[in-house]
Amino acid sequence: MSLLHTINKSPFERNSFDSCVAHAKKGSSILLIEDGVYAATQGTAAARKLEGIMKDVKVYALQPDVNTRGMQSKMLDGVNLVDYGGFVDLVTQHNAVQAWL
Amino acid sequence: MSEEMQGGIIKKFLYVNRRAPYGTIYALESLEVVLISAAFEQDVSLAFIDDGVYEIVKGQDTKASEMKNFSPTYRALEGYDIEKLYVEKESLAERGLTEADLLVPVKVLSRGEMADLMESNDVVLSF
Amino acid sequence: MKLSVLVNEGPYTHQASDSAYLFTKAALEKGHEIFRVFFYHDGVYNGTRLMVPPQDDRHIQKRWSELAEKHKLDLVVCIAAAQRRGLLDENEAKRQGKDANNIAPGFRISGLGQLIEAGIQAERLVAFGD
Repeated sequence: MSLLHTINKSPFERNSFDSCVAHAKKGSSILLIEDGVYAATQGTAAARKLEGIMKDVKVYALQPDVNTRGMQSKMLDGVNLVDYGGFVDLVTQHNAVQAWL
Repeated sequence: MSEEMQGGIIKKFLYVNRRAPYGTIYALESLEVVLISAAFEQDVSLAFIDDGVYEIVKGQDTKASEMKNFSPTYRALEGYDIEKLYVEKESLAERGLTEADLLVPVKVLSRGEMADLMESNDVVLSF
Repeated sequence: MKLSVLVNEGPYTHQASDSAYLFTKAALEKGHEIFRVFFYHDGVYNGTRLMVPPQDDRHIQKRWSELAEKHKLDLVVCIAAAQRRGLLDENEAKRQGKDANNIAPGFRISGLGQLIEAGIQAERLVAFGD
């Protein structure tokens, strides 16, 4: 498989999310961690962007960071939740990791 | 810690520069990594996207701010056989810049070509 | 699989070092090898043994040191970043004429080449930062 993109910034604060989405190719995956998880919450412009690319790009969010922020009930359908072990699996399943810091 | 200890492995390293210089140290420290990696004889490329394009604009003058002006170092990269510098066309345009504003020769890529470049490397480091 | 981890931010301000720690721990629990954890920029502050967080908070340095001891981890602090920020081991303190050192157990100070080597020798390099 191809690239695993990680995003750790709120889409409302920085352009990491928008820039990543603009560069993520078909077959790559995006993992939202830390403040990046807000991008996958319902009713946001970022979530609409995610819905637009979900047929080509798999989207994951780190469950511990979702829960930490109280966003459990707000997550967009189709976003796969993983724990740290799942994060490790995603890293090994992709050819390289690009962190959109 | 030199190249011969790496067992002859040559990997494709891509340094993705997305930050403006001076406001934070990342651009300067990223450049330090790039210079060190030259000693390891790896296949190095630099990408400048988003605010990273500001790292290589002409006319940086740090006299009055007392910051270290590291912009001349980008011109020295060629001497270390680091010659693959890529700049994203859309990132320049969004910032009202053109290739003529840059202090080093670069290859300008479209966003789609930049996405392809990111997929074609073994190690991607972004600061 | 052989993995390397890069930590670009200091403890407590950013979540980056927490994420890096929990990722590293999970990778070890899954049986992967951690070739090296490299601390760069403010990340070097993860390796000061002088931090004294409140008792009800996590002790970020101690967590790293204990993980390093348990798994024989190679925790490397970038020397250039460390010198800029006042993180010294015994040798560096002597060499620079300073009256104290502050590197924590399990950490060592070395050059940026160690980061490049981590990228070359590990099959994946995972970065955490701001």
